[in-house]
Amino acid sequence: MDFPFLCQTLLTLLPGVPLTLKLALSSVVLGVFLALLLALARLSGIRPLAWISRVYVFVFRSTPLLVQIFLIYYGLGQFPALRHSVLWPILREPYWCAVIALTLNTAAYGSEIIRGGLQSVPAGQIEAARACGMSRFQVFRRIVLPLAIRQALPGYGNEVILMVKATALASVITLMEVTGLAAKLISETYRAIEVFIVAGAIYLIINFVITRIIQALEHWLTPHLRSAPAPAVVEQGGPA
Amino acid sequence: MNMLQSQNASLAPVAESVPAVRVSQLRKSYGALEVLKGVSLDAHDGDVVSILGSSGSGKSTMLRCINMLEVPNGGEIAIGGEVIRLKETRTGPQPADRLQVDRLRSRIGMVFQSFNLWSHMTILENVIEAPVHVQKRPKAECIEEARELLAKVGIADKADHYPAHLSGGQQQRAAIARALAQRPRVMLFDEPTSALDPELVGEVLRVMRALAEEGRTMLVVTHEMGFARDVSNKVVFLHKGVVEEEGSPDDVFGGSRSERFRQFLVR
Repeated sequence: MDFPFLCQTLLTLLPGVPLTLKLALSSVVLGVFLALLLALARLSGIRPLAWISRVYVFVFRSTPLLVQIFLIYYGLGQFPALRHSVLWPILREPYWCAVIALTLNTAAYGSEIIRGGLQSVPAGQIEAARACGMSRFQVFRRIVLPLAIRQALPGYGNEVILMVKATALASVITLMEVTGLAAKLISETYRAIEVFIVAGAIYLIINFVITRIIQALEHWLTPHLRSAPAPAVVEQGGPA
Repeated sequence: MNMLQSQNASLAPVAESVPAVRVSQLRKSYGALEVLKGVSLDAHDGDVVSILGSSGSGKSTMLRCINMLEVPNGGEIAIGGEVIRLKETRTGPQPADRLQVDRLRSRIGMVFQSFNLWSHMTILENVIEAPVHVQKRPKAECIEEARELLAKVGIADKADHYPAHLSGGQQQRAAIARALAQRPRVMLFDEPTSALDPELVGEVLRVMRALAEEGRTMLVVTHEMGFARDVSNKVVFLHKGVVEEEGSPDDVFGGSRSERFRQFLVR
């Protein structure tokens, strides 16, 4: 192993980390809101909304993310109306094209995770909330959403990790994040193995940290699934 | 339909003559299955009404109609003289005014067979949830009252535990405290001991008996004949969606004319 070269590679690739994180963070944050809207539309009981959500999820889950990125980056410019609209300064930027593609894509997967979480909330707990006079919104805000988040968190953590890795695709539309820098370095050095090992290690470390953060969040949100506070004796659980 | 007209509560002459809960000619169907076929029932302030019946008799459905967890197909529910307004929709009857239902519900405490405590909140948080977030009372006052209620049902030391850490009997007592925290005008109990291990039934019944003794208005769907006989002042026996027997416990248990009720007791 050529350690000086590995160190050199690391120093070359590290400047790409902020862009990788920015892409992942923006798309996950924007995506979770869109995902929640999609999940609520799907469960709204309003047929046209539910169908829009279904079709959306079907389309974005069933086509490659790479194709979606290409369509947004190369495809949108084909429409003169768009080129002359106020959105063009955003849509012509590869960064925003990548964020949009990643957001739309993660929202499709995320909405299914959130839908599962929402549907897992026990009907009895919702009924108890309605019975004490909560409005529909209060029931959602105080009972359904907190329980759904706790249920969906492990699955969503998975999706976040997938998104960090998916940012590598942004390199194909000229973005110099970690993978983009790695590809550039390889074309200069022809040392693919060392460069990609370092790039892979960077993703590994990022995802290790993210996994830990999600675990901590889960731990913090679910004291009710752990054993009882210190001096108490844990008695048998209720039958329901 | 007859359930659509509203009643002017302010015309009621004397407060005492207005029942806390009035159920009149209640009908409820699920598809072709008619579960309630015109059930009427009055509970005045301070009444403890036991509602008996075999499974499928419609007793739980009737109780759940009182706070609109089930929306009846016909008849009327009035809480403290105020009739719950209903409207016909494409998918069946619905409350005409959600705000009215929410407001009435906030003063009806409900205790469920399976407790239904909110699993992500501590026992104390469960108890203060409705007073703080629905009734908008000051939090400090609610916490103080909640601790008193938890002491009253005998689980003061469990305030900071989560429901999953409690036994079934303790969970049900916490659920009773949660309902009491609403300062309810009426308490509804839907088979409160049916999901409990036999040795845990007593602790819940003791709490309910204490509530009855302090004059609370309670409607209790139950299979506990001892409670119905000794604690309630009124017993209603439902059979196949109609009231088959109704009266004081002595009358109903003593010399019931209904062959069906005698059969029900024998089982």
